Amino acid sequence: MKQKTGLGQYIYIVWDYFYSNIVTLVKVASHTFTKADTVEYPEQMPYLAPRFRGRIVLTRDPTGEERCVACNLCASACPTDCISLQKTEDESGRWSAEYFRINFSRCVFCGMCEEACPTYAIQLTQDFELAEYERQNMVYEKQHLLIDGPGKHPDYNFYELSGKAVSGRAKGAGTQEAEPVNLKSLLP
Amino acid sequence: MSPVMYNLLNVVLILVCVVFGAALLTWLERRLLGIWQDRYGPNRVGPFGTLQIVADMIKLLMKQDWVPPFADRLIFIVAPAFAMFVVVAAFAVIPMAPGVGVVDLNIGLLFFLAMTSLGVYAVMFGAYASDNKYAMLGGLRAAAQMVSYEVFMGLSLMGVVMLAGTFNLRELVLAQADGWFIGPQIVGFFIFFMAGIAESHRTPFDLPEAEHELTAGFHTEYSGMKFAMFFIGEYVSVLMSAAMITVLFFGGWLGPAWFPPLGWFLLKTMALVLLMILIRGSLPRPRYDQLMSFGWKFMLPLALVNLLITGALILI
Ligand code: SF4
Ligand code: SF4
Repeated sequence: MKQKTGLGQYIYIVWDYFYSNIVTLVKVASHTFTKADTVEYPEQMPYLAPRFRGRIVLTRDPTGEERCVACNLCASACPTDCISLQKTEDESGRWSAEYFRINFSRCVFCGMCEEACPTYAIQLTQDFELAEYERQNMVYEKQHLLIDGPGKHPDYNFYELSGKAVSGRAKGAGTQEAEPVNLKSLLP
Repeated sequence: MSPVMYNLLNVVLILVCVVFGAALLTWLERRLLGIWQDRYGPNRVGPFGTLQIVADMIKLLMKQDWVPPFADRLIFIVAPAFAMFVVVAAFAVIPMAPGVGVVDLNIGLLFFLAMTSLGVYAVMFGAYASDNKYAMLGGLRAAAQMVSYEVFMGLSLMGVVMLAGTFNLRELVLAQADGWFIGPQIVGFFIFFMAGIAESHRTPFDLPEAEHELTAGFHTEYSGMKFAMFFIGEYVSVLMSAAMITVLFFGGWLGPAWFPPLGWFLLKTMALVLLMILIRGSLPRPRYDQLMSFGWKFMLPLALVNLLITGALILI
């Protein structure tokens, strides 16, 4: 626009201010007839994306055994250090967590633990309603975390493909495992 | 009913209605701003959230009534009461309908102008007594803003006074029986409307209490009921500006007879209040120097020119 000077510019500036302000007023007033974006939460649940990251659970494999092998990868991946666990081993040779504790008052629901887990044991769910009156109740123990089903990846079973021998099944006997290779043999 | 009883009833009812109306306005404003920002505003407590006022009141009453140790105690306590007193006193001269109104002064308009100019003292007292840098800046801005707005606020009304030939507000309304003053005095209306918004320091003229730069401006240090006094005072002065514009430019209670006069008055006032809330919901706050130059370089000359033309037309 050509730069005006003197009175012309003065009038232009005044007009510009008023015009833009009146346009603003009209546009805001027109919002009287638009629908509110508010989701009235307790009565109406908000839409949660399929990959929403909420309360953490520990899942079981298809045979109903605990998936977690207490490898501590989730605990070391966790940026807020809110997972603590202790490994134990039963007579069959399976590893599992002796205790498994998540402090949800520190968890930021980043999902790093789920990504780190080699057995799909730890998973984040759609539940976000975690409010408690007592802070101590935010600390979930293993019995609170463990669920009965497999969650995501329903067919995955770590001991069927990991090549680890557990009692009742030798190394390589799992349904998705190959026979062990004899390293010392020269036969092809 | 004896005249004394009638007057007493008038006074008490108007006082209660004004303060209650201002409280209701806090709810209305939040709902309307919500609607204009595509949300709901307070809608949980009571029907449509109207009991939100009660909830806010309980909250404010429960709060610690804190006077900072570094504050000037007496002035600090007097300031909010003064803010409330001044606006309520200005309400006394507003004629609402035939027979409804507190006093009928011959110099009603001047009394109104005097009371609104006193309002700045409440702000300055509060700011000075707080001994806080934000309050200080807010008080400075309030003083400068009030000084510049007071001038053309008075000038803008002189056109109306010339047309009606009286300072008595009741006679001013009656003078509009065959034509509201909004027609011949549209410029005066515009100027007074702006000044009215500036008077109640609301967006876009809320520089004394700009939340984003001065935390809360002159009432930064106030809490509890003292804060509520400032807060309600602001809404009373919104009501007062709207009522005054109704009286001066929109023919007060005059209107077709199928609606009671008081109803007309309230209807017009309400419409103006809605416009003020809409302005608050949409316009940005100007920079401080822009505000001052707008006042002195645009509004004041405009008011003078308006005065001149009105005078010339009356003489012809
Ligand atoms: S979601 Fe993130 S913060 Fe929470 S437990 Fe897992 S890794 Fe830690
Ligand atoms: S939850 Fe997964 S990552 Fe964490 S200890 Fe168990 S197996 Fe390892």
